[in-house]
Amino acid sequence: MIHLTNIHKTYQGAQPLHVLKGIDLHIAKGEFVAIMGASGSGKSTLLNILGILDDYDEGEYRLDGTLIRNLSETKAADYRNRMIGFIFQSFNLIPFKDAMENVALPLFYQGVSRKKRNQLAMEYLEKVGLKEWAHHLPNELSGGQKQRVAIARALITQPRIILADEPTGALDSKTSLEVMQLLRKLHEQGLTIIVVTHESGVAYQAEKIVHIRDGQIERVEVNDGSVNSPFGVNGVMK
Amino acid sequence: MLELLQEIKGTLSRNMMRTIATGFAVVSGLFLLIVLQGAGNGIIHSFQYNMGSFAFDAVRVFGGSTTKPWEGIKEGRLIRLDDRDLYMSRHHFPHQITHAIPTVTQDGMVASFGSRYISNNSMVGVYPEYAASQAVEMLEGRFINIMDIAEKRKVCVLGANSCKDLFKEEGSPIGRSVKLGGILYTVVGKYKTDEMFSGSKCYVPYTTLCTIYNRGRFIDELTMNVRNIPTDSAMEQFMDEYIRATSYIHSFDPEDKRALWIWNQAGDNIQMNRAMGILNKAFWILGLLTLLSGVVSVSNIMLISVKERTREFGIRRAIGARPWNIISMVVLESVIITAIFGYIGMLLGIFFCEWMNVTVGNQVMDLGVIQARYFVDPTVDLHVCFQATLVIIIAGALAGFFPARKAVKVKTIDALRA
Repeated sequence: MIHLTNIHKTYQGAQPLHVLKGIDLHIAKGEFVAIMGASGSGKSTLLNILGILDDYDEGEYRLDGTLIRNLSETKAADYRNRMIGFIFQSFNLIPFKDAMENVALPLFYQGVSRKKRNQLAMEYLEKVGLKEWAHHLPNELSGGQKQRVAIARALITQPRIILADEPTGALDSKTSLEVMQLLRKLHEQGLTIIVVTHESGVAYQAEKIVHIRDGQIERVEVNDGSVNSPFGVNGVMK
Repeated sequence: MLELLQEIKGTLSRNMMRTIATGFAVVSGLFLLIVLQGAGNGIIHSFQYNMGSFAFDAVRVFGGSTTKPWEGIKEGRLIRLDDRDLYMSRHHFPHQITHAIPTVTQDGMVASFGSRYISNNSMVGVYPEYAASQAVEMLEGRFINIMDIAEKRKVCVLGANSCKDLFKEEGSPIGRSVKLGGILYTVVGKYKTDEMFSGSKCYVPYTTLCTIYNRGRFIDELTMNVRNIPTDSAMEQFMDEYIRATSYIHSFDPEDKRALWIWNQAGDNIQMNRAMGILNKAFWILGLLTLLSGVVSVSNIMLISVKERTREFGIRRAIGARPWNIISMVVLESVIITAIFGYIGMLLGIFFCEWMNVTVGNQVMDLGVIQARYFVDPTVDLHVCFQATLVIIIAGALAGFFPARKAVKVKTIDALRA
């Protein structure tokens, strides 16, 4: 599903910053992968490249067989819309739209009719257990609810991959658990999920953990399930 | 498209404050433009109204007295116009002079009806064409006609003010007999005397007056209508040529400006038109500046609004909005706001003009001898309103387009962090 070969990324500036120094990563369909690393290790940059939100300088990135390189903004927008579902740390819901409208928004850019997309949005809100909150604005929802709305929005286009950037970073441990369980459930339904986090408790929900340090992959750990608890063997949730 | 409109409707109605702030700039811009235009038109119309009884193409020529010696004749000689001048006027300037008609005047006459009388009346002997030439507006009855001339009838046309003085409120003056200079005339018509130039002239047939007062071939006034004289300098040249032609008939110095007394309404009219043109332009410039300030406010607010929404645009782009989706949304939002509020501003402006029309527009300034209206019909052409609205809509579109284009040039990831 995802093939990264020798990806390099440098942020230009007064002091050029070589963030990614040759990343090779292959993620198969249906995998649940966590990318772990300290802040500044380049994990967010990697996720942005995976999400076609940022471009890379060197190497090759293939998403479901399609080479992602030097895309026009329009093309990138289309790929993001159809292939990728985003979950952000800060939720990134549009503040003046209610939960249902936020969930339905990606379909607006696919040209789906209002009635159809609102109906679909209600279905997905029901899946994340927020049907009764459909007509609440984001600021009337709790953090966990907001993130579940964001997950519903990520799912509504039936993307190939779900990218989550610190999805629990702004949540307390209880709601973090809920959100992670939701992601696990989606994984069990066959979705490919990539989570970026620095919390090991979150990372050990995944079946494969990629450790990044200083822009390079330090090691890839396969989570065998023996430590499959929210407060895993080595990890502390918060 | 409908989907996009629904999306925009949602955005606008949930961001009411921003919408209204943008709209207010548009409303005030258009409102001021239309009110200014209306006020300008009110002043220009009041000119036209107060000059209503002026014939704008008329040149009136009277005899004067010479101030320069010429060919052995001393200065101070009276020039009396006669039928040779009439002939010359009718035949020498076929391109400029459309009509030339003679008029004779008998001043200081007493008009009486029963015990009521008006002193110091001017009896003016005229031809039927005089009415058209001097813009005499009939209120009742008729003007002097060709049969009156042919039969030298003793009929007269009185001014409305004279009729009021002579007959008070005792019904129509038509058919009554009034005594003018001791001779009875039948009143056949009443003409409108305006507030500004109220004279007490009574018109009688030219031939009647000539016969009774034994005028012979002399003429007191030549009334001409001119055309094809567009500018001041052309008018000056024409008058020079006309005076020169007259000077051959009466042997006076063609440079002598006092030998003829000329009341050049047509020339005055050229100047007045120019003055009104300048006034009109001034109001347009003021109006356009107002419009410009509206446009600037709209662009300002759009700029700020787009900047404020960078993150929102980032989110939209992250979930699949193409740059063009963002730009068209912003532009359409801007157009919708300016169109709706522009229309409101236009309506308010028109209502205000109508309100001025019924209040200030009907006030008459009484200066004792003359009465004038200083604000007439202060309204604006509808197509001017629509053009102004269109301008502000286009400006709104541009004001939305450029910041939006700039906003989508920011990388999505940077927009999300904003």
